[in-house]
Amino acid sequence: MPSYVIPDKCDGCKALDKTACQYICPNDLMVLDKETMKAYNQDPQMCWECYNCVKICPTQAVEVRGYADFVPLGASATALRSAEDILWTIQFRSKDIKPKRFKFPIRRGVEEGKAQPFDHYPTGDDDLKSSTLMCEPAGLNTEKGPVKLSSIPTI
Amino acid sequence: MADFETVTVETDLLICGGGMAACGAAVEGSYWAKKHGLKVTVVDKAAIDRSGAVAMGLSAINQYVDLNSGNNTLRDYLDYVRNDLMGITREDLVASIARHVDSTVHLFEKWGLPIWTDADGKYVHEGRWQLMINGESYKVIVAEAAKNALAEADGELIERVFITHPLIDDGKCVGAIGFSIRENKVYVFKAKATIVAMGGAVHVFKPRSTGEGFGRSWYPPFNSGASAFFTIYGGAEMTCQEVRFIPVRFKDAYGPVGAWFLLFKAIATNAQGGNYMQENVGELDKWEPYGKVKPRPANIRNWLMMLDVMDGKSPIYMQTADAIKAIADKAPDEKAAKKKLRELESEAWEDFLDMTISQAILWAATNVEPDKKPSEIMACDPYFIGSHSGASGAWVSGPEDLQNDETRDEYFWGYPHMTTIPGMFAAGDASGASSHKFSSGSHAEGRVAAKAAISYIVDHPAAPNGSQAQIDALTEEILRPLGTFEQHKGATTDPDINPNYIRPTQFMYRLQKIMDEYAGGVSSQFKTSDKLLEKGMELLGYLKEDAEQLGAENLHELMRCWENVHRMYQADAHMRSILFREETRWPGYYFRSDKPSIDNENWLAFCNCTYDKDTGEWTMIKRPVKYIVAEIPEHEGEVGG
Repeated sequence: MPSYVIPDKCDGCKALDKTACQYICPNDLMVLDKETMKAYNQDPQMCWECYNCVKICPTQAVEVRGYADFVPLGASATALRSAEDILWTIQFRSKDIKPKRFKFPIRRGVEEGKAQPFDHYPTGDDDLKSSTLMCEPAGLNTEKGPVKLSSIPTI
Repeated sequence: MADFETVTVETDLLICGGGMAACGAAVEGSYWAKKHGLKVTVVDKAAIDRSGAVAMGLSAINQYVDLNSGNNTLRDYLDYVRNDLMGITREDLVASIARHVDSTVHLFEKWGLPIWTDADGKYVHEGRWQLMINGESYKVIVAEAAKNALAEADGELIERVFITHPLIDDGKCVGAIGFSIRENKVYVFKAKATIVAMGGAVHVFKPRSTGEGFGRSWYPPFNSGASAFFTIYGGAEMTCQEVRFIPVRFKDAYGPVGAWFLLFKAIATNAQGGNYMQENVGELDKWEPYGKVKPRPANIRNWLMMLDVMDGKSPIYMQTADAIKAIADKAPDEKAAKKKLRELESEAWEDFLDMTISQAILWAATNVEPDKKPSEIMACDPYFIGSHSGASGAWVSGPEDLQNDETRDEYFWGYPHMTTIPGMFAAGDASGASSHKFSSGSHAEGRVAAKAAISYIVDHPAAPNGSQAQIDALTEEILRPLGTFEQHKGATTDPDINPNYIRPTQFMYRLQKIMDEYAGGVSSQFKTSDKLLEKGMELLGYLKEDAEQLGAENLHELMRCWENVHRMYQADAHMRSILFREETRWPGYYFRSDKPSIDNENWLAFCNCTYDKDTGEWTMIKRPVKYIVAEIPEHEGEVGG
């Protein structure tokens, strides 16, 4: 733990060119056991519980069990992430508390992979020495109203 | 030991890191590089989609100056940052970031980030400077724009390569060196300019949790001091190395409190229900003039809470139920109140699920329904994070147009956000004395630094000249832990217990124990003294010697070895800087018992330092604090928060 792999569900990402959880873990914790072709967390003590391995797993084989040194057993937070939103289920330790479900958007107006980096606003000048960045000053939206700058010079 | 291949990458602009600052640098750098026919290379130790401090997501954008509304000026932001840092801030740098951050946030929205809007289509503010977002994919979206920018400019992204050292030639930065954590390859980057954006440092101090929860630091455990080491080792002047950051968060899982304090207007109390911010108000006199400023500086809020903790008045509670009731009571009827409650519940849980999922698990495991019972809060562990309410990082040049006659000679040397080493720029947690940039401002600073770096490259087009002798020596040094382990592993029956080497995990524990017990960690309630620091530095000296005997079984462990060497240099700079500053200025971050009060007459100044890698000597430097717009306030500000 804290992220753990359910052996029956993990297929070692055989169909992919690399193991998804190993690819995404920001702390290089998830590794594939080449003999069993199952993934595991090689150093749970360094796990931030960021859920990136959980969210990316194509077979939903990765889950998280709360840190055993301060989290009582029995609760869980389960994520199902799609291209546009994420669905959460919160299971409480007490079965008297109804599980909670939440759905939150994760992006808006731009299809995954299509974020166009440049040219959303005109760039004021081509001078490398000026303080005008790409898409400025129009991107500051100063046309909407006055910018009060006191005595600080600005672009 | 296995053979290692050396891969040499020649580029114009090298961006080390993959977080918010690096992504900002990649977008802006690519834009200007494309115009000038230059190449940009980004190198990240992880996968850029989910690397850096925003890897999990965020529930708010904490810097949006909203100049467009007419409600705020840049000066307002400078006042806020200067006062929060007890006067120690580079206003030229804060302004350099703040004047661009709104355009960065507007780009985030164009790239697909859902920012909350109200019925009129206006952004929903969490506080004066903060916007609420649906931020689960904040980093994914920002990384996507960076990757697409690199692709449009024929740049390259290299993932899973861990940068260990800068390459320095004739006092200039000419690139970086590191290794792949996936295959036996050393990577040598030769670059005309390099941007350091590899985050801050966690696990320099012992965390409160020492079992499985060891990794549940508030700031991520994979931010391991790479920026600090890169700039220190390269000879760059460092600043504010004493200005650690200790956030107050929900206890143990370190979930965010900003929405509760700012959006839901909750208050925190001691176990008896007393409001420590009011009951301990007399303490503020000791920290004038900053103690009396509103909003109260983060370290002062910590301090007033810690006084209650030290008095045995724990647990300290966030009174969530009272806050929710107060909001629901404002609804016109019962139906509206129920609807409001459902909204609040969803917002409160999303706040955790977007950025600290562990806190949601902890609440569920302890049967917390925030409208029914309060939750404990606590000061976390000390972190090094120049982007938040700490200030540690490299000393960088401000832009020329933001200087006045007083500051120009001190704060300006040619290229905005360049360190004192030509060709080496810094952004985000890597640059110091420009606090409160957070995720959005780090991105904006990356952009400013990248445009400046492209300008530097155009002015200095000569190919970088890294000496082969330096590369060979560093290659040998970087790989040494693998050889040490391989050579000696057969000497004992347990690879963990071997007199010939120390493995990186135990090395880290040793560093953390020194810092915790001598440099004001959690076990001493952040209290230290000159004598403790001197003893701690003696012990750190032995650790530094023993770093030569680190042993690594594989590439993952080799990365851990170097992460901990990086942390050790951050620790060294920290202890020296606390010792150099003969006062206590941020009582809620650390308290020097031998110098227990603030000394504005002598220490309203920066404590800077440089390191000479050839001699191992540190030089401490006192630099004046000079403001570009304002003097220290003599009375309370008007705005709370």
